[in-house]
Amino acid sequence: MTGQRPWLLSAPALILFAVLLIAPLIMTFLLSFNSFDFYDGIGSDMSLANYREVLGDSYFYEIFGRTFAIALATTVICAIIGVPQAYFLNRMTPFWRSIMVLVTLGPLLISVVVRTLGWAILLGNKGVINTFLTDLGLIERPIRMMYTSGGIVLALVHVMIPFMVLAVWASLQRQDPATETAAESLGAGPFTVFRRVVFPQVIPGVLSGSLIVFSLSASAFATPAILGGRRVKVVATSVYDEFMNTLNWPLGAAIAMLLLLSVMIVMISWNRLVERRYKEVFE
Amino acid sequence: MKTNGIFASLFSVLFALFMLAPIIVVIGVSFTPTGFLEFPPSGISLRWFREIWDHPDFIAAAWVSLKLAFVSATVATLLSLPAALAIGRGRFPGRDALQSLFLSPLMVPTVVLGIAFLRFLTLVGLNGTFFGLMLCHAIIITPFILRLVLAAVTGLDQSVEKAATSLGASRWTVFRRITFPAILPGVIGGWVLAFITSFDELTVTVFIVNPSTTTLPVRLFSHISQTTDPLVASISAVAIAFTVILMLFVDRLYGLDRLLIGEGKR
Repeated sequence: MTGQRPWLLSAPALILFAVLLIAPLIMTFLLSFNSFDFYDGIGSDMSLANYREVLGDSYFYEIFGRTFAIALATTVICAIIGVPQAYFLNRMTPFWRSIMVLVTLGPLLISVVVRTLGWAILLGNKGVINTFLTDLGLIERPIRMMYTSGGIVLALVHVMIPFMVLAVWASLQRQDPATETAAESLGAGPFTVFRRVVFPQVIPGVLSGSLIVFSLSASAFATPAILGGRRVKVVATSVYDEFMNTLNWPLGAAIAMLLLLSVMIVMISWNRLVERRYKEVFE
Repeated sequence: MKTNGIFASLFSVLFALFMLAPIIVVIGVSFTPTGFLEFPPSGISLRWFREIWDHPDFIAAAWVSLKLAFVSATVATLLSLPAALAIGRGRFPGRDALQSLFLSPLMVPTVVLGIAFLRFLTLVGLNGTFFGLMLCHAIIITPFILRLVLAAVTGLDQSVEKAATSLGASRWTVFRRITFPAILPGVIGGWVLAFITSFDELTVTVFIVNPSTTTLPVRLFSHISQTTDPLVASISAVAIAFTVILMLFVDRLYGLDRLLIGEGKR
């Protein structure tokens, strides 16, 4: 297939994407330089005032700091749980494996709002976990989990872990099982085999899974909005507030552009790092 | 292949419990006879399922979501199919750029997409309309369909098509009789994944709906933001049941892991 035909076939999708994706993103970028007045609305002048406001305010530093701390914690926990789970998944009998695949991936297809509602019921002061622990006599007063960063991380791990398991599992399937058998025949115990033979081979999977988990967590909206409320704000929820409550669209656009920029920087430098260190693995 | 020991099995059980806990809790709470959230419920009652019928706003929102998911998944499939054929088969300058463009909605934070669509739709006067909503959803779900259809197209043996052409079949006949049936599982898998993604979408949609086009996730979200009562749990339970049925169907048809990894393995 050469010449005009590929472009002709792609034209409908291309037109939609140009008009409804590229143009709006450029317009939002431009919007972030406009001024805003509570009475006059969005002005047409261009300046860096919104960016100065965000970058000069410790309130926004706190929000960005919290967002990336939550994303980082989610990524690390996903790796710690996801790697062994993918390894065990790979060793299961086909029957149990198909059940575990359903259990692991099924929640991905259930709305994040519904899953977060489940966590809200579990984590509340009178929630399932606190009631259970109080009834057992393990705690006197409920542990505060709603409206905390910890609660958000827990629910985000639940949302993101399927991506990590999938990524690690994919790299496990590429690995030669004979390497494990060889290590065992040379006298290595199961933990040594995992640590010295299996784990090094799945690092590329962990790294690509981490990238997905981190970037999705950093821009997550529903989970921090429901579990964090107004008290624990992240970047995505503060953009929502600027757009839907304060109606200061230009400032909201500037915050969103800074989020986009920082996620892009993390992704690109992560890719660079991975490519440099694990070049041979990907070839 | 070695099987798992006791530690591995225990780990997997705990993992499964963690994955299912929020879903079990939502379903459990929805059967409560009381007016508040309790788990385990003190009795079994369908009170909160009956209550759904007294809330026409939720039912209207569910209809909007179903229509929206159906139409946008279909539109996105019709746009992705020719594009996937071009990208999967063609070797032309700009091919990689085109593919990256069509996959780019996955890269941009959804909140950024949400405000970009809001800004654009407001300026062209389409904000809050079903049509505007549908176009935005079509863009968000295109990457999901494109990946699956691309995998089907690149995994297809071209010699059959060449044989048909040499026997005098026209391009259209080759597509209709050979290519399309061969990639159909990928197309259907992509359509279902797109349907579910659109049906569940919140972060973009929350910016671009108005009261008459509110979708189910947005309606649930705004309700949960104010109060959590067993009503949201019973509505969620119905949504979970709907998803599970769809999921088992897709798993039989296409394989859930293949669908979500988005590669034509096996």
